[in-house]
Amino acid sequence: MPANNQPAFADLSVGDVIAERSFALSRDSLVRYAGASGDFNPIHYRDDVAASVGLPGVLAHGMLTMGLAVQPVVDWAGDPARVVDYQVKFTRPVPVDPASGAEVSVLAKVGALEPESSVARIDLTVTFDGATVLGKAQVRVSLATAAG
Amino acid sequence: MNPELQGRIFPPTAPYLVGREKVREFARAVFATNPINLDPEAARAAGHADVVAPPTFAVVVQELTLAQLLSEPDAGIDFSRVVHGDQRFSYSRPIVAGDELIATLTVASVKTLGPHAMVTAESQITDATGEHVVTAISTLVVRGDE
Repeated sequence: MPANNQPAFADLSVGDVIAERSFALSRDSLVRYAGASGDFNPIHYRDDVAASVGLPGVLAHGMLTMGLAVQPVVDWAGDPARVVDYQVKFTRPVPVDPASGAEVSVLAKVGALEPESSVARIDLTVTFDGATVLGKAQVRVSLATAAG
Repeated sequence: MNPELQGRIFPPTAPYLVGREKVREFARAVFATNPINLDPEAARAAGHADVVAPPTFAVVVQELTLAQLLSEPDAGIDFSRVVHGDQRFSYSRPIVAGDELIATLTVASVKTLGPHAMVTAESQITDATGEHVVTAISTLVVRGDE
């Protein structure tokens, strides 16, 4: 596999900010994700259902937040196939206002480096409305160069 | 929730054929912009057989196993009380359009925490040759009466 656009492992240091991006979510985004993923839980598109179970409003799918938060890392890595492991905890919901939507911000930093395997652990800080919404959001990216 | 679920292994799911347009649809829905997710030519130029699915795409296949768990007659899981606690994907290789994937669920653990219960579901996803592709692990929290 050609190493096009691949960041050099040797150039990385723990603490480096490798990407930063904001995402404007709207109700349209939630409907689109529901269709693409097959997750049709009505708390993600019906205000009356969300209210009836005590939620502050229609919420973004946790898996949508997880799915978009890794995209700045994918673009930095140059190839989605270099993401070998990705985990998050869902710590806080993201209500999406019908008119103004919700802005989710992602800051990606080098959290740890594994020189023996050329794997970089990228730690994500994902925030909405000034508070983090994902905990222990870690992406392991393989930056090994293929032999031959 | 039934504590005897712990350790239970479910039957493998029916094969799921990963379609190119499904990958592209999912990629757009998670705001993916990398051409290797979207453009077969870009994917081939990078050494892949077809478009590569975004890292969280495995949830679509894993979902088939979670549906098995939630509908298990003796599980005692009330779907309307289920909250997603955490999620992990560990890949041996990326998912690429054209893959035929089968998922097998193991209930790794069942714990109770006060009125709540937590179940950790581990789905091993393999390809048509039986090789491991990705393990998807979810912890679901079933809220009890406060």
